[in-house]
This record gives sequence, C-alpha cells and structure tokens, in this order.
Amino acid sequence: MVQLALAAALVLAAAFLWTNLRENLASRQIRSGFGFLREPAGFAIGEGPVPYTPSDSYLWALAAGVANTLRASAVGIVLATIVGTLVGVGRLSRNVLVRGASTAYVETLRNVPLLLQLLAWYLVLTELLPEGTDPVRLAPHVFLSKDGLQLPVPVWARGWALALAALPIGLLGAWALFRWARSRRERTGHTPQVLWPALLVALGAPVLAWLAGGAPRELDVPEVTTFNVSGGVGMTPEFLSLVLGLSAFTAAYIAEIVRSGILAVPRGQIEAAAAIGLSHRRALRLVVLPQALRVIVPPLTSQYLNLIKNSSLAVAIGYPDLVSITNTAINQNGQALESILLIMSVYLTINLLTALAMGWYNRRVALVER
Amino acid sequence: MNAAAPIIELAGVNKWFGKFHALKDIDLQIARGERVVVCGPSGSGKSTLIRCINRLEENQEGRIVVDGIELTEDLRSVERIRREVGMVFQQFNLFPHLTVLENVALGPQFVLHTPRRDAEASALQQLERVRIGDQAAKYPGQLSGGQQQRVAIARALCMRPKVMLFDEPTSALDPEMVKEVLDVMLELATEGMTMVVVTHEMGFARSVADRVIFMDEGRIVEQNPPREFFANPRNERTRDFLAKVLPR
Amino acid sequence: MPGTAEALAGARLPPVRRRGPWAWARANLFATVPSTIATVVFAATLARALPRIARWAVTGAVWSADYDACRQLAYRAACWGFVAEKHRLILFGRYPYPEQWRPLVGTLLVVAALGASAHPRCWRRWLVAVWAVVLPAFLVLMGGGVLGLTPVETGLWGGLPLTILLTLVGVSISIPIGVVLALARRSKLPFLRAAATLYIEMVRGVPLITVLFVASFVMPLMLPRQARIDVLTRIAAGITLFQAAYMAEVVRGGLQALPRGQHEAAASIGLSWWQTQRRVILPQALVLVIPSFVNSLLSVFMDTSLVTVVSMYDLTGALRLALGDPRWRNFFLEGYLFVGAVYFTCCFGMSRYSAWLERRLGRWISRPGTSR
Repeated sequence: MVQLALAAALVLAAAFLWTNLRENLASRQIRSGFGFLREPAGFAIGEGPVPYTPSDSYLWALAAGVANTLRASAVGIVLATIVGTLVGVGRLSRNVLVRGASTAYVETLRNVPLLLQLLAWYLVLTELLPEGTDPVRLAPHVFLSKDGLQLPVPVWARGWALALAALPIGLLGAWALFRWARSRRERTGHTPQVLWPALLVALGAPVLAWLAGGAPRELDVPEVTTFNVSGGVGMTPEFLSLVLGLSAFTAAYIAEIVRSGILAVPRGQIEAAAAIGLSHRRALRLVVLPQALRVIVPPLTSQYLNLIKNSSLAVAIGYPDLVSITNTAINQNGQALESILLIMSVYLTINLLTALAMGWYNRRVALVER
Repeated sequence: MNAAAPIIELAGVNKWFGKFHALKDIDLQIARGERVVVCGPSGSGKSTLIRCINRLEENQEGRIVVDGIELTEDLRSVERIRREVGMVFQQFNLFPHLTVLENVALGPQFVLHTPRRDAEASALQQLERVRIGDQAAKYPGQLSGGQQQRVAIARALCMRPKVMLFDEPTSALDPEMVKEVLDVMLELATEGMTMVVVTHEMGFARSVADRVIFMDEGRIVEQNPPREFFANPRNERTRDFLAKVLPR
Repeated sequence: MPGTAEALAGARLPPVRRRGPWAWARANLFATVPSTIATVVFAATLARALPRIARWAVTGAVWSADYDACRQLAYRAACWGFVAEKHRLILFGRYPYPEQWRPLVGTLLVVAALGASAHPRCWRRWLVAVWAVVLPAFLVLMGGGVLGLTPVETGLWGGLPLTILLTLVGVSISIPIGVVLALARRSKLPFLRAAATLYIEMVRGVPLITVLFVASFVMPLMLPRQARIDVLTRIAAGITLFQAAYMAEVVRGGLQALPRGQHEAAASIGLSWWQTQRRVILPQALVLVIPSFVNSLLSVFMDTSLVTVVSMYDLTGALRLALGDPRWRNFFLEGYLFVGAVYFTCCFGMSRYSAWLERRLGRWISRPGTSR
C-alpha cells in the first residue's frame, strides 16, 4: 500500500519536472538529446595525453577530459599512498619529533578545505616561481618555473620500445625468483637471499633490451631560450598544483587509516609472535601486516574514490579535467542536463567498478569465523 | 650442564611501570622438571613476573638467567631465551588469518628453519597430543575457547621448549571448557615438563604443583609445597587470599 | 590491599638512570640510530626555519593597511595590512557595508546557540526552542525587509555568515531526510528499499560539484517559469540533498549497531513498527552516532567552500574577490593564511569537540553484555 502511494508520488513528481523541463528548453531554444556530441566542440584544451583539436567532436573532448581526470588521479593516488603510509607510520613512532610532525601534518591538512589548499598551491606555483626566462634549475636540464616543470625525455627509438617491452619480463623474472626462494624455504627450511638478484633481473632485462636496441641515448632536452623553456616534456602548473594538492590532502586521511589499521592488530598478536621467537621483521610480515591490511584496504579504497571525485575541483584552477571541460561545453551549447548526466555516469561507473573489486577482495580475505 | 643447576633464576629483580613499583626484589629459582604455581590477588605482579622471564616485560634491576643464558639488552640473548621458553596466554592470541596447522607450524618453519613438510608433520603430532588433530584445517575463529587454548599449547610445544609458562590459561574460558585445558596441562606435567603457571585454579595447584608461590604487592610473600601451603599458610595475607579463593 | 602502609613502605622510586629528563630524551629522541638521525634532521630544520618564519610573519611585517610600505616589502616579509584592509570584504562578502553589523550579530547569536548546545546536559526541549528562535532571527537579520531593516537580496550574502548558514541549513535538514532514507533502506518493502538504495548510492558516487552544477543549471529548467527560486536557496537545497545521502549511511550505521534484542524486546511488548522506531530504536541509534553527526557538520562546513565554483561568495569566494583587487593581488599568501587560520580554528575546534563528546557519551551508553 505504502509502496503504491510512494511510486505514484514519484511518478507524479517526475512528470511535473519533465513537463517543466520541456517547456523551458523550448522557450529558451535549447536543443535536447545527445546529438550535440557529434558536433565540433570549438574550444581548445590546454593539455592531456589524448590528441585533440578544436574541430574534434564534443564526445572526443569529453574523452580527453576523462583521460585528464584519470591521469591526475593515478599520479595523485600513488603519491598520496606513499606519503600517507609514511606519515601514518610516523604517527606511531617512538621519536617525539617525528610523531609531532606527523600529527601536525594530519591535523593541519584535514582541517582546511581542499579547495582552499588547491587554490593556494596554484597561486604559489604561478606567482612565486620565476618566469620561464630564468627558471629554477633543480638538476641539469630539469627546470621549474611559472610555466611548470620541464624534464628531459628520451627521443623515441627502437631501444626504448624494446626496453619497455622487456620490463614486464624482468618483473616476471623477479617474481619467479621469489617463488623459487619460497619453495626452497619450504623444502629445506632456510631462506635464500634473493632480494638483490631479483632487483638485478627486474632492472637488468630492460637494460639489456635497451642495449640490444642500439643503446639510444638521444634526449629531448629542455633549453632556456629567450622567451621560455622549450623542449623536453612538461607538466603544467595546473597539473602540478592539482596533483600536489590532492596528494597532500588525501595523504592526511590515508595516514589516519594506516595508523588505525596497525593499531587494530591486538597487542597479543605481536606478543605471541615474539614468544615463539619470531624476529621483529618476520612478525611484522607474517602476523601484523596481513591483519592490518584487512582493516586498511576498504577505507583506503574509499579514499581513492574520494580523490577521484575531488579531482573535479580542477575546474577552479583551470586544469582541463572532465568537469572543467563539461563546464566549458555547457557554457557554449547550453545543454546542461545531458552533459551533467554524462559526467555523473562516468563517476558512477568508476564507483561501481571499484565497489565490485572491493567486494571481491573483501570476500577473499575475510577472516573465517563461525 | 650441571643437572642440579636451576633452569630459571631471578636475582634481585625489580620492575617499574613509570613510577609504579610492580616487582620488588624478587629472588626465585626454579629447578628442572619442577612445576610451580604462582597465585595472588590481581595487581600483585604475578603476570609481570613470568612475562619478565621471556622479556615481554623488561626489568630495570636484577638478573634473570634461563638455562644458563643471561637475559641482557642484547637482542640475540632474548631470541635464544625465547626459543627455550614457551608461553601460553590468557587470550590465546592465535593468528586468525592462518589455519590451526599453519599457526602451529609457523614457529618451526621460520625460527627453527625446518622444512615445511617436516614442520607440518611435527605440528600435527603436537595437535594430536592435545587431542585436537582433527581440527587442523580449521581457522581459529571456528573453534571454541577451550579448543583454541589447546591449539595455543600445541603451538608453544612445537618449538620444543625447555620451560612452559602459562599466564592464567583458563581465566578467559567458559567453565565447561576449563577441564579440557587443565587435563592437557596435567599430562604435560606428568611427562616432566618444567612449568610455571599463573592461575586461580587451586585444584590444579593442589594436584600438580611441586611448589605454590603467593605474591602480593609485587613481592613473593610465601612459597611452599602445596600440602604445607594450603594446610598451614604462615602469612596473614596468604590466609586472607585463600579464604577468598578456596571454595567453602 | 593496595595502599596499605606495609606495601607503600616497600615501594621505591625507579633508579635515577631510568627517570627524569635524560631518560625521557633517551627513550623519545635517541632510542635507535634512525631515530637519532631523524631527531638531528628535524632539529636542524627547525633551527633554520623557525627564525626565518618569525622574521617573515612577525618582526619584519607590516601590520597596518599601508599600501606603500607593503609594496616596499617585496615578499621579504608579510603584509598583514592586506588583511587589515580587506578583512570586512573577506568575512562578510558583498554585503552592504553599513549593514554589516547585521550578519555580525546573527553570527554571534548562532555561535552562542552552538555553545549552548554543546554540553549534553543542555540537551533538553528548551534547546529546540532556542534554535527555533535563533535560526529565523539569523535569516531575518540577513535578509531584512521587516522590523525596519533594509532588505538585502540573497545574492549579496557572503563570507563567514554564508558559510555558517549553508552549513546549518545543510546539516539540520539533511538529518531528518537521512533518517527517513536509512529507515527506508532497511525496510522490508522492496520498492522502498530499492528506491532509497538507488538514491543513496548514486548521490554518494558523484562529486559535490556535479550536484552544485545541477542546482545551478538544471534546477531552473525543471521548475515552472513563474517560480523563480534564487540561487542561494537552490544551492542550499543541493547541499542538503547531497548530504542527506551521507547522513543516511551514518544513521544506518547506528541502526545496525543496536543489538537485535532491542527489536525483539519491543516486539514482545506489542509495539507497532512506528512506535518501536520512535520510542526505542531511533533514540538510541541517533545518540550513538552523535559524534559522527558532528564530523558531518565539519565536512559540510569545509564543503561549502565549493560554492565558489558556482559563483557564490562564501569565505573562500570572498577571498578570491578580495584578491581580485589589482593593488593587493600580490599578497595572496597572507590572505590564504588568514582564511586558512579561520577555517582551521573552527574545524580543529569541532574535531576536538567531537572527540570529547564521543568520550563523554561513551560513559552513558552501556555496551550490551556489560554491567556498570
């Protein structure tokens, strides 16, 4: 009964909104439908891995936006995890200075809005750095200026392609070494030391492939010219400020997650491991880490999703992510409803895929209980 | 090694938690094969005492010697002693992410450097000894408290210790499961294992112990063979404690 | 018995080497080699950085709104004169200058009401009455048009009062909606459950900015042309509907934390579903999650900064407005530090309060199976 009433109310409300929508769109002469996606976008996009010109379609522009969002999010996630883990462990340190610094980091960054932090980063990178004509030299041929960060990049040649192809092979070799070491330990009880050989294999394979490809050494090197720094590959200040701001902010939350994860392992576990004579390192690896990870991974994934959602703030600093490009598109063709529906579906898809992966992970590692 | 030398020796041991003086001038010697029960009111320092023996707590003053190895700041001496001493905790502390078999075989594999198959065979043997061999493939979360504690005992035994320390092994168990754990401990005692047991189970003390030690306020107040201890407690505090603990 | 003369007579203090400042330093600063290295690095960095920061921020700085003096500094020291000059713009947005006492009074009233609501001992019925007076009073003061106050349209509201308004409205209205959604999600009626779950998961999966875009661009299209709802109301509605999904999850957590025995006991007395929820379940569940509500308050407070993107001048937006002045453009660092400090003070205060509240409430609520 209640359900019928609710369904009826929802249908009525939807119908009301829909008729208004059609009326307003008609009166303002805004088109409906997704046909606009095939038309040329007509605006430029500042940066991104997807090749795009203003004569490409709106759909392609949105694709470029998605690529930019994923690019910034990926780098942000990696940085945030590294920094967050270090700070999280630092909060548990016995050294009072390390503990204090980590706590100060977490408390400061968590209590100031992200937008404010992003805007501050952006202004610092675009106002306080020198002009492109006289950049800061971080390393030979690595320049930092108002135009961003310029790095030397190797000129693409066969040797590099071979090296890239050999990298997964090297990693596979390293993994095989670890597996062999493990079976050796199970057979004889003694663990062979394979860390250095594994590293050698993982890095050696690409190096050998590079040599085989003729050892190409030519670099596209940034040089300071009269007007700016040209050459090499660059990261715009928009990209840098978005990534640094997002990473620093999310790292503060990840630090708390890592800390609670480690604290969640009962003290008795470490004591029991110590009582049977396990070394501190082994106890961490075999007893503490597996249990801590179970507690850490679900909220960690939420933070990763938050980072991806927060990357939408790029619209405030001019980085051409999905939301930013959609904003431009809406201002141009007025088709707000369709565009916003598109953005929402992209984010919801990312969310759904991650939720499914998370569900699978949780089921696999759940502690078996009665 | 002189068979008459004590296997555990504590001389002038003092421990503080911050400003709180938890163990006061403890002098204690435990002989090979001896079964010692330590009892006393809560806060008397009995758990702290046995936890000092395998360095889960660090004493600030005094000497502790286990099987001829002196306990010092040096990590290596601590690790050697922990291999000789097995411990069973009140909260079992089994590793929940490993099966029962993996729990017991972990120590031999990674500390004694035993090949996996031998470690698992030895583990199964110890599990059979505590009569829980059929649960080897289960996870600790699937077992009852009494079963978990027996697995914990097997885990400690698998390291072939010379001494077994028990820190209130039955205090966290439901009453009907206490007996199964005490039976296992009784068997161990009959086989000649050196044991130091902190417990409130006075029946166990009476039937198994060679010596009963009463601690209060961080000191050893009285120690005697059980018959003497229960029949003629000499100290007033011992009498008070026994009056509260023994059934009428 | 602890504390008897006999026992105390035997107790000593730990050996001198193990207590006192030297022992503390050994344990906390120099315990291991990596720890020592870290101490040295941190101490060296602080020794170099602190005097420089002090010089920049305090000793060399210009404190009055003296533009020429500030220009001469050229980044060597802070120009707090920017804050002195622009602080009213930053704090109150584009609100008409002579009327700015009104948002000030309104804000003070709200802060007082918040202070009164802080202590659990004050959680009585009269508190609801207090808020029922303070919130409309705040709106009246801001909007004007009655009692002889000149009307100020909502487009001009800005700064800290706008942030507070959006936060309060957002949180207070989203809680009841969140409760309804949470109950719907746990109900046995499949349509209700599906509808609630769909709403919650969809809203939680998208960034707040898209919701603000919807409020900004799409809502006007969906309403009849005659009903013109101003931007502020639309944005507030957007924030509320967004936050309601998160509140629903918080309430759901509280509902799940209640032991099943509560439902069973209520059923055995013969209470209807609605009576059970109203008299037994909700009172306990909501009290359980009060600390989470405070955390939500904090996150909404920080999220209101996003309205800058849809051209509303809250605290962050007003700062950008102030920095738009070409004369003072270069002193953005001082501006951001000022606004950052305002946010930090409010948010840090709220998070400390939340922790205190959680500890305090923990003493009231007995966990199942324990006796006090």
